Amino acid sequence: MADTDGAQAPEHGHEGGTRRDFLQLATGAFAAVGGAAVAWPFIQQMNPAADTLALATVEVDISAVEVGQAIKVKWRGVPVFIRHRTKAEIDAANAVKPDDLIDPEEDGARAQKPEWLILVGVCTHLGCIPLGTSQGETKGEFDGWFCPCHGSHYDTSGRIRKGPAPKNLPVPEHTFVSDTLVKIG
Amino acid sequence: MSKFQKPAWLDNGLVRWVDHRLPVFSFMSHELYEYPTPRNLNYWWNFGSLAGIVLVIMIVTGITLAMHYTPSTALAFDSVERIMRDVNYGWLIRYIHMNGASMFFIVIYIHIFRGLYFGSYKAPREILWMLGVVILLLMMATAFMGYVLPWGQMSFWGATVITNLFSAIPWGIGDWIVTLLWGGFAVDNPTLNRFFSLHYLLPFVIVGVVVLHIWALHVHGSNNPIGIDTKGEQDVLPFHPYYTVKDMFGLGVFLIVFALFIFFAPNYMGHPDNYIPANALSTPAHIVPEWYFLPFYAILRAVPDNFIGGWTTEWLGFIIFEAKLAGVLAMFGAIAVLFVLPWLDRSPVRSSRFRPMYKWFFWIFAIDCVVLGYMGALPAEGIYIVIGRIATVYYFAHFLVVLPLLAKVEKTRELPKSISEPVLGGGGIAAGAAAKPMEKA
Amino acid sequence: MNAIRTLLAAACVALLATPVVAAGGGKEAPARQWAHSGLFGTFDRAALRRGARVYMEVCSACHGLRLVAYRNLMEIGFSENEVKKISAEKEVPAEPNDDGEVELRPALPADKFVSPFNNENAARAANGGAYPPDLSLIVKARPGGADYLHALLTGYKDEAPAGVTVPEGMNYNEYFAGNMIAMAAPLSEEAVEYADGTKATVEQMSEDVSVFLAWAAEPELEERKRMGIKVILFLLVLTGLLYVVKRRIWADVH
Repeated sequence: MADTDGAQAPEHGHEGGTRRDFLQLATGAFAAVGGAAVAWPFIQQMNPAADTLALATVEVDISAVEVGQAIKVKWRGVPVFIRHRTKAEIDAANAVKPDDLIDPEEDGARAQKPEWLILVGVCTHLGCIPLGTSQGETKGEFDGWFCPCHGSHYDTSGRIRKGPAPKNLPVPEHTFVSDTLVKIG
Repeated sequence: MSKFQKPAWLDNGLVRWVDHRLPVFSFMSHELYEYPTPRNLNYWWNFGSLAGIVLVIMIVTGITLAMHYTPSTALAFDSVERIMRDVNYGWLIRYIHMNGASMFFIVIYIHIFRGLYFGSYKAPREILWMLGVVILLLMMATAFMGYVLPWGQMSFWGATVITNLFSAIPWGIGDWIVTLLWGGFAVDNPTLNRFFSLHYLLPFVIVGVVVLHIWALHVHGSNNPIGIDTKGEQDVLPFHPYYTVKDMFGLGVFLIVFALFIFFAPNYMGHPDNYIPANALSTPAHIVPEWYFLPFYAILRAVPDNFIGGWTTEWLGFIIFEAKLAGVLAMFGAIAVLFVLPWLDRSPVRSSRFRPMYKWFFWIFAIDCVVLGYMGALPAEGIYIVIGRIATVYYFAHFLVVLPLLAKVEKTRELPKSISEPVLGGGGIAAGAAAKPMEKA
Repeated sequence: MNAIRTLLAAACVALLATPVVAAGGGKEAPARQWAHSGLFGTFDRAALRRGARVYMEVCSACHGLRLVAYRNLMEIGFSENEVKKISAEKEVPAEPNDDGEVELRPALPADKFVSPFNNENAARAANGGAYPPDLSLIVKARPGGADYLHALLTGYKDEAPAGVTVPEGMNYNEYFAGNMIAMAAPLSEEAVEYADGTKATVEQMSEDVSVFLAWAAEPELEERKRMGIKVILFLLVLTGLLYVVKRRIWADVH
């Protein structure tokens, strides 16, 4: 009944307290490592699966896209704009001084071949799809793309010129396999 | 109160602040540090907490699988295969879940037989026991519906056969129920969808009943291998650290067995036919339920076609039973009888250690259950039918005849004075006369 | 420790209590030692490559492999270019074109193996009423697995035993359930030409294609066993530690 007795919990018994504590600590640490290792697969399963990743690159045949036309292809669940630019559009893109832009970037750094502009067609503001790819759609004040959600205007290089969007339309990683075949991703 | 100390961390300022508003820490302290547990529990007592851990494993893996599974007849099979092939570690998570179901039943069956051997269902633990039987029923429903989800041949035909059991109910009610379960004219997409919904729901109902089960347990504390009530502090230990560490060690052993199945024999307890997509136009040669249902399946098939038809109608004149119904009633009766077990076994002594005759009948009953399991797996023909029937009759006789009789005729051994007496060699307290069995605590 | 022994005994009883799946009428396939059996087994790479060839040149005429993607072949040693060439030989429906018509396009590595028939009815119509099952999961879907496949492929008998009449369009096979199988012996000597120079005997091809289909059914097998060894070793150490800790904590009770 004595309170002095109670100060010592029974797990701290008579023999070698420190060695026991170390062993318990080691066991606990070992178990914790195991627990963390178990958590990994359960987190990792949320990441893209192998079949999703297999569709992460697409090859697009662009031979049928005439000058002045643009097409939309689906890539990783979002549209990619491929525009066959006219001479006038390329010149307009190059005429701007990058320093004057909201998100300064040279046109040359965005289009590997000047006549082909390839963009991820998702507005950098809040993720809507800008208009201007299909014929008849409004292209905005800078003759590129216009996002109807909050009024962002992009130019013929896909750079943001006016409106709330903070960044240019991103250029996806892509390579020209041949003159008519482009691999995106 | 030397052994039962509140933990030091209860004095921490933040802990006290929270505890004053929501006494979770006092609760933990009360149920773990101050909770008195008989000092003589053996390893059979590990299976309760083990079952709780397996339930958590099943819920975590299940929720994870549901992130990738599609409950549609057109896509279910392929979505499971996508989990196996494409989802990161999907094969691991599915194999844990799949084998986890079997492990859950192994653990629960051992837990139940431990209760039977040591008389854990007796007063004052009847409600604790009955809640356990409710958990078993819920587990069976959950496991059955889960097995349907991969939409393989066994899934489909298992679902068809089991739902058809309800058609045994007479006066058209059965057919009405079956149509209601199916949501159509056969097991089909609506059935799969609702089974998925319920398979997701029921585990949480199980968690709820488990809370009640533990609540009821903590009212009078654990039974123990000797089966007499605890008399004082010399008979008990705080749950933590003694039984937490013992449970952890048991968990380690269990996980090794579990891992051997998951990694080296993941399909050992499954049936190859369930890797064939469901086909409503062709039934597999042998429809066999998962192993944990086999004893009940044997009881279902044991009832002869003309058994109740000729027999019960004479007794209950106005009810026309069909053989199918009789089989179904027998199967559900096999579990229902567990509910009333505390009142069938009136022997005042709990533990088999002091019941020389019951001990034998316990083992005969255990063997009977294994025999039933084997018969459930074998085709219902020839000698197997006879064995199945004898085993079924014995199953019920054990509860309805043997146990009530034993309570009358058995001479039980003398009980020790207290738990600490055999443990400490008689150094217990002056508790007076020999322990009366089943004193009210 | 007595209690541990009882625990282990209980686990063994549970194992034994699991009933054996009854075979369906055919002779039981003899158990073989595969490179991928056992605790440390891995697939025989060369056999996988040869087996893939057997599947693609022989089996795929009637049997699909619809759950396996062409890209999966890269996991067993095919190069990206090889896989592209293999997939491009087959056609799959493309997205509807601008006129709304669905045209065919060459299959890509990301596509699943193209099945030889569009549906079960087409398969039956082309095979005298019999349905050649998809082979993606065949090793898991048949008792005996790869042993059974190998036994089946080498188990054809030219002459049925005396007293057994083989119906028109059927063939006698010792290992098939009921012994009557609609599939004629699919493999004949030198049916394929192996790139690695291995002689394509019926025995060799049966073995190779069984290995390939074992991989198709369980592509995770190697990773599973590798991880299993690590997990079991970890658990053994952890359980040992827990046992010592348990002993020490209980030292003053006993």
